[in-house]
Amino acid sequence: MSQIADTPSRTSSFILITLLALVRYLFIFLMAFVLFSLIILIAGKDPILAVKDTFSSTLGSAYGFSEVIVKMIPLIFTAIAVALPSRVGLINVGAEGQLYMGAWLATWGALTFAASPTWLILPLMIVLGMIGGGLWAFIPAFLRARGLVNETITTLLMNYVAPSVVTFFIYGPWRSPGNALYPQTIDFVPAARLPTFFGTRVHLGLVIALVMLVLYWFVMKNTRWGLEMRAIGGNPQSARRNGIPVTIYLIVILCVGGAIAGLAGMSEISGIHGRLRPGFSPGFGYMGFLISWLAGGSPMGILVMSFVVALISSGGDILQISQGLPYAVVNILLAITLCVVLARPAILKGKKA
Amino acid sequence: MTDSVSQATTAKEPLFVLRGITKSFPGVIANEHVDLDIYGGEVHVLLGENGAGKSTLMKILYGFYRADSGQILLNGEPISIRSPHDARGVRIGMVFQDFTLIPAFNVAENIALFIPGLKAVPNIKEVHRRINELSERYNLQVNPQAMVSQLSIGEQQKVEILKLLLSDARLLILDEPTRVLAPHEVSALFSVLDSLRKDGYAIILITHKIKEVLECADRITVLRRGRVAGSLPRFEASEDKLVAMMFEKELSRLQVSPKPALDESVPPLLELRGVETRGEGAATSLKEIDLNIYPGEIVGVAGVSGNGQKELGDVILGLEKCISGTKFMFGEDYTNRSIQKVRRSGVGFIPEDPLTMATAPFMTVLENMALSKTWRYARLGGLAMDWQAVKTDMEDTLKKLGFSLSLHIPAKSLSGGNRQRMVIVREMAHNPHLIIASYLTRGLDVQSTIAARQALIQARESGAGVLLISEDIEELFTLSDRLIVLHSGKTVGTLKPEETNIYEVGYLMTGSEVRHVPNC
Repeated sequence: MSQIADTPSRTSSFILITLLALVRYLFIFLMAFVLFSLIILIAGKDPILAVKDTFSSTLGSAYGFSEVIVKMIPLIFTAIAVALPSRVGLINVGAEGQLYMGAWLATWGALTFAASPTWLILPLMIVLGMIGGGLWAFIPAFLRARGLVNETITTLLMNYVAPSVVTFFIYGPWRSPGNALYPQTIDFVPAARLPTFFGTRVHLGLVIALVMLVLYWFVMKNTRWGLEMRAIGGNPQSARRNGIPVTIYLIVILCVGGAIAGLAGMSEISGIHGRLRPGFSPGFGYMGFLISWLAGGSPMGILVMSFVVALISSGGDILQISQGLPYAVVNILLAITLCVVLARPAILKGKKA
Repeated sequence: MTDSVSQATTAKEPLFVLRGITKSFPGVIANEHVDLDIYGGEVHVLLGENGAGKSTLMKILYGFYRADSGQILLNGEPISIRSPHDARGVRIGMVFQDFTLIPAFNVAENIALFIPGLKAVPNIKEVHRRINELSERYNLQVNPQAMVSQLSIGEQQKVEILKLLLSDARLLILDEPTRVLAPHEVSALFSVLDSLRKDGYAIILITHKIKEVLECADRITVLRRGRVAGSLPRFEASEDKLVAMMFEKELSRLQVSPKPALDESVPPLLELRGVETRGEGAATSLKEIDLNIYPGEIVGVAGVSGNGQKELGDVILGLEKCISGTKFMFGEDYTNRSIQKVRRSGVGFIPEDPLTMATAPFMTVLENMALSKTWRYARLGGLAMDWQAVKTDMEDTLKKLGFSLSLHIPAKSLSGGNRQRMVIVREMAHNPHLIIASYLTRGLDVQSTIAARQALIQARESGAGVLLISEDIEELFTLSDRLIVLHSGKTVGTLKPEETNIYEVGYLMTGSEVRHVPNC
C-alpha cells in the first residue's frame, strides 16, 4: 500500500502549484475589483477611471513607484509579525499595538541618547523598537501559555491601549514646546534618522525588512527551530509528546513577532516622520494581518502581497484627491479582498495562513 | 419478526448475494470483483489483513459507499443500496468500530431513536418492554434506563446490537467487535451471536484475529488485497490454512526467547513511588501507583481502556504532573523534569493514537521521523538539519523491522497501519533505554504485528526496559515478564504471566465479579 501513493516528479508538481497559485491570486483580485467597482458605481463615480488613476499615479511615475515601496516597508514587517506566530498556530492580531510600542520605546532612545553618534543611536533604536514590540507581545503570550486567555482576544484589545500610551507621552512629557497646534515630539536629531536612498523617501528600513523576510524564510525552511515550529503548528499535542518545548516556543515566537512589528514602528518614525506623532500608522498592523492571510504565510507571497496592498493604499490617497472619494474606500477594498480570500472555493485554497 | 428470518433459513437460499463488487479510491483498489453469499442462520466471518478491503466491502453493503461496479441481490433480485437508510429498509444493520450512541441519552432513548417509523409521541414503555424481551432472549442484559455514558464498552456494544434487533434487522454486520472487549466479554459476545444464529439471523463479523474466527464462524471468507482469497465452511478451516490464505508468503513466527532471570540487584530504569495525579474532566486520576521497571524487562499493563493507562504513560513521559509521589529514572529524580529531559535521556514513546498524539499530519514522513530527536539531527547549532542522517537512520530501522514506507509523502496520507509503523520506527531507532508502548499493534496486520513485537523483544535483550500497555491479553501474556492490572487509576494486581490465566486478569480488568460465560 505504501508504494502506491508515491510523489509524482517534482518539477511537474512545482509548475502545477505555481500555476494554481497564479490562478488563485488572479481570481481573488478579479473578484475584489468587481465588487470594488460596484461600490464606486454606487458612490456615483467612474470605476474604470478610478482604477486607471490608481495605476497611473503609482506605477506611472518613478516618484509614485517609490511611494509604493515606502508604504511596503512597514507592511512587510507587520506581515511577518503575523505570519511567524501563525506557524505555531498563534493568531496575532496585535501587530498594530506592537508597532506603536516599538515606535514609543525607539523614540525614548532617540530623545534620551540624542547626543550619540549615528553608529550607536540607530542600532540602539532598532533594538529598543524590537524590545518595545516584543514586551508588548509578551503579555498576551504569557497569558496564552498559562492557558488563561486566548491570544487573539488579548492582542486585539491591546491594540487600543498602545496608541493611547503613545498619545499620553506626546501630550505629556515628550510634547514639543514649539508646536501648539499639532502635538508631537521634537524632531529627532539627524543621527537618529534612517538614511534614505536616491533622493526618495525609501529608507534603510527596506533592507532590514527584506533581511527579516529572508531570515523568516530560512528559519522556517532549513533550521531545527523551523522544523519544531511547523511541528507545533501541525499538531501541538504530538509536538509536546515528542519533547518539543511547546510553551516556550509559544511565548518566544509571539514575542519575536511583536519585536518585528516593533521594527515597523521604529522604521516609520525614524525613516519617514522623524518624530513621534499620534496616529502615525494608518492601520499597518491590520494590513499586515491581511497580507499574511492572503500570502498563506509564505515569504514570497508576503513580498508580493505587501506590494499589492501598498499599491492599493497609495492609490487610495490619490483617489481622495482626483475623485473626491473618501480614504475609507481603500479599507472597503481591503476588507472585500479579505472576504474573497476567506470565502474562496476549495479549488483555490492554498496553504493556511 | 423472527418468523420471516427463519423462513430464509429453511429455504437455504442466500439472503444477500454480492456479485463482482469493485470499488477503488484514489490510488488504491479497495475491492476487486468480490463475490459473497450471505445466508441466514450463519455467522460469516470476513477475515483479512488491515487494508484488505473488509470494512470497505461492508460499508458498500450498508450504503456508506457506492460500488464502482457490481450488484447486490436480495432473494435473487438486484437491489440498489444508496444510503444507510436504504440498507435499513432491506433490514441490514451495522455496528461500527466506533459506536454511534449518544452518551447523554439513556439506553431506551438511544434505541428508540433508531426504530424506523418512530411515532411523534413514542411509546417508551413499549420500547422498554421490547428491550427487556430481546435482552432476555439473547442474553443481552442491560438496564434500559441506564445512561449510556455510565456503561462499559461491552455494555455499549450490547446496546448497539439491541438497537439493530429492535429496528428489525436480519443481517447484522459487526466491524471488529472484539477489539475493545475483555476476554470474558468476548466469550459472552460469541454466545450472543450463537443464539442469534439459531434464530435465523445472518451475521457478518469482520476481524483479523484468526483465533476468534475458529471459535465462532460457520463460514469464512478471506480477503487479500481487495480480492476474495477463498471462502470455506468452518469444518474445512484450520489456522494454518487461513494464515496461508491471508498471506501469500510464509509468515515469520515470533521468536520469544526464554525470559532471562531478572536481576533485581541492579537499579531499576524507572521507579514510581506512590504516584498520584489529578485527572481533569474525563481523565482518570492515578492513585498510589508503585511501579519498577528493570533493565531487560517487559512490564505489561492490562486494563480496559480509560482506566488510567494513558495517564500512566503521560506521567512517565512528564506530560502529566505528579501531585504526590516520586519518579526516579536511571537513578535520578525525574519527578519534576520536563518532557524534553525525559525524551533526551532515551525514552521512546508509542502512544495509543498515533495520529493525534504523535504525528504532524501536514509534514512529510521523513520530517515526522525527525521530530522526537531534532537535537540529534541539528547541525551548526540548529541552523541546518541533516536530513541525510535522518534518512539513513530511519531506513536502517525500517529494514531491521521489515517495514517499508515512502518517506516523502505527507503523514496524513498514510493509512492507520502505516502511521503506526512510522511511529514505531521513529521511537525504536537509536536503541532507547526505556520504551513506553501503548497499543503497540493497533491497526497493524499479522505480519507487522510480529515485527513490532519482535522489536520489543530485541530491545529487552539489549537491556532496555519496556512498559507495554495493551488490551490484547494474549499479547501481554506472550511478551510480558510481569503484568500489572489497572482499574480506575489503581493497580489492582501485579502478576506473573506463568502464574495466572487470562480470565483472572480479565476479571481484575473489569473490576467485576461476573461469572465466566462458556464459549459458543
